[in-house]
Amino acid sequence: MGLTRRSGGSRAMQEGFLKRQYSGADYVVALAGNPNTGKSTVFNALTGLNQHTGNWPGKTVLRAEGRYIHRGMIFKLVDLPGTYSLMANSPEEQVARDYLCFGKPDATVVVADATCLERNLNLVLQVLEITTRVVVCVNLVDEARRKKIKIDFQLLAAELGVPVVPAAARHRHGLDKLVEVVSEMAAGRITTRPVAIRYGEEIEESVRKLEPKIKKLVGEEFNSRWLALRLLDKDRAVLAALENWLAGRNSLAAGMEGVILG
Amino acid sequence: MNRGSAFTGLNEILQEAERLNPAGSLKLSDSIVSAIYGRAERIAQKAVSQEARPAVDWDKRLDDILTSKLFGFPSMFLLLAALFWVTVSGANYPSEVLAAVLFRGQEKLAELLAWLRVPAFVSSFLADGVYRCLAWVVSVMLPPMAIFFPCFALLEDLGYLPRVAFNLDSLFKKAGAHGKQSLTMSMGLGCNAAGVISCRIIESPRERLIAVLTNNFVPCNGRFPTLIALAGLLATGAGASAGAALIVSGMVLSGIAVTLAVSWILSKTLLKGIPSSFTLELPPYRRPQLGRVIARSVFDRILFVLRRAACVAAPAGAVIWLAANVQAGGASIMAHFAGWLDPFGRLLGMDGHIMAAFLLGLPANEIVLPVLIMSYTAAGSMLELDSFEALRQLFMAEHGWTWLTAVCMMLFSLLHYPCGTTLWTIYKETNSFKWAILSALIPLLVACLVCFAAARAARLLGWA
Repeated sequence: MGLTRRSGGSRAMQEGFLKRQYSGADYVVALAGNPNTGKSTVFNALTGLNQHTGNWPGKTVLRAEGRYIHRGMIFKLVDLPGTYSLMANSPEEQVARDYLCFGKPDATVVVADATCLERNLNLVLQVLEITTRVVVCVNLVDEARRKKIKIDFQLLAAELGVPVVPAAARHRHGLDKLVEVVSEMAAGRITTRPVAIRYGEEIEESVRKLEPKIKKLVGEEFNSRWLALRLLDKDRAVLAALENWLAGRNSLAAGMEGVILG
Repeated sequence: MNRGSAFTGLNEILQEAERLNPAGSLKLSDSIVSAIYGRAERIAQKAVSQEARPAVDWDKRLDDILTSKLFGFPSMFLLLAALFWVTVSGANYPSEVLAAVLFRGQEKLAELLAWLRVPAFVSSFLADGVYRCLAWVVSVMLPPMAIFFPCFALLEDLGYLPRVAFNLDSLFKKAGAHGKQSLTMSMGLGCNAAGVISCRIIESPRERLIAVLTNNFVPCNGRFPTLIALAGLLATGAGASAGAALIVSGMVLSGIAVTLAVSWILSKTLLKGIPSSFTLELPPYRRPQLGRVIARSVFDRILFVLRRAACVAAPAGAVIWLAANVQAGGASIMAHFAGWLDPFGRLLGMDGHIMAAFLLGLPANEIVLPVLIMSYTAAGSMLELDSFEALRQLFMAEHGWTWLTAVCMMLFSLLHYPCGTTLWTIYKETNSFKWAILSALIPLLVACLVCFAAARAARLLGWA
């Protein structure tokens, strides 16, 4: 709702006027999560007043970006819309999903609610299908403690194959650690080992046939397994994004040729 | 490499995909969903353990009361009334102090201009026109805003607002609208333009349009203080604050009733269809972050009001001063205008000056009351308007207001067209002049009908 901040306050009317403000960031970090997990609290705590809002291109979905500096490096934090899944059932889910694949953030933080971790893990696993450079921030651990919920974070990290940072963002607990892990992840100093989910032999067989062709087309740019699954499902949105990207690359390539020939 | 070959590659892949998964025979989504959910469940079972459930689940206990069929609505009304009571009784004092300070500023400004030997006409224009309108907007608007919104933000931070949506959901469903409309409605309490933008959370275009078209029936930032000031005129004596709070709560409830009624009519006529269903999660109650929420929303409000005052009220003050002071044929332009509107105003239980103020208030509802005061005072004696008493004196004694005038003006303010910014936002959101114009005409029609009916009924019954 956010009546407290952007939506009802003095900035309400600036919406749509500001597009991406900073291009000079060293790393781009996406922030995903279910609604009501304290995602905005994390976003606000990290970026402070360095925030800008606008719309996602072509969609009436609010896009918030912010920036923070850690060890001399500028991190741009992109707040994805809060969603329960990435099945692209709504504009929000589609925006979040397309950004994770085609926006190619250097790291992605998935904020999860410690008090109902199972439901939140669905989103984490779906994000892991698209990108492996993920840090899971298990937020609201103070509330979970109050409800006598115990979480084995080491086991969780081992199961997911990516770093897990417990946090209570409202009290700024765990955020220093989060920033630290994110910067390691963005710089590529952390190896992740997520276990890909297998879907029945028939589907896997089809993916095996399709994946090499996709690799040939897009190279190592995107997650070819995920693209294979999406194209197998004839996902129009992904197809459009892919076409768009191909067109962009081609025009770039054409431009380069011109330079070389000239 | 050219454009063609890349797309050929993509086309080949698509053909292959069609061959591998003809007409979706692999049931991809189903198996992905079940695989992911199964995996999430297994991981959660391993990594999460729940020690003995807490003895009392306070969230559930609280929800049993606040969202129950029996107590849901009464508790909502009580909270609303309490919120207004805090606002009304809390705003009085700072409002008077601000007014006293700002109007002393007007004297000083006039003195300064006199010392600078500025011609009387220009001096009056600046001090009585521009400055006075600005001072009015700030002193009337700021205190209620700076009290109401932090309190409202606290309720939001506490996790209460989704419960409001939950309570109201069935009503909106019955009206053929979307349950989330109650959320866009509460956003409209802050600012109708923001409320209109927030209608994006409603996926179905039909229901989103209903929400957009009816958003202005909840009083926004700019109309709240007008309602509060007018309620203050009506409620006198010992329980004045409580009485005013009840009147304002009643007004907001009527606004919600009209929202539902108009939504129902729209969903039966212009925007036919069945409401779509949605899942609404009730988040746990959380202890609000008192300091931060209050500081943040007070700050936001002050900036908002000051910015509006500077951008809209000051220029409006200039225009209105000119209208009230430029003479044509023995009377001011304003007086001509008000006189022309007077029969219509009387029909609706008000007078021509009030109608003129509403018309001139189109850019921003904040200035309706200042315009009215200026239009009244320019015609007659000038007086210091630094208290409710002075306002009562001006309206009731000098311009023949009755309780009916105040009620009709409140109703009209509650129901009439949204401000210019909101209309522009509606145009941008719907990308259609038709809906933007309708979103002004429908409320105007409703406002006229309701005020006419109220005035007629009261006069027929001999109450006024």
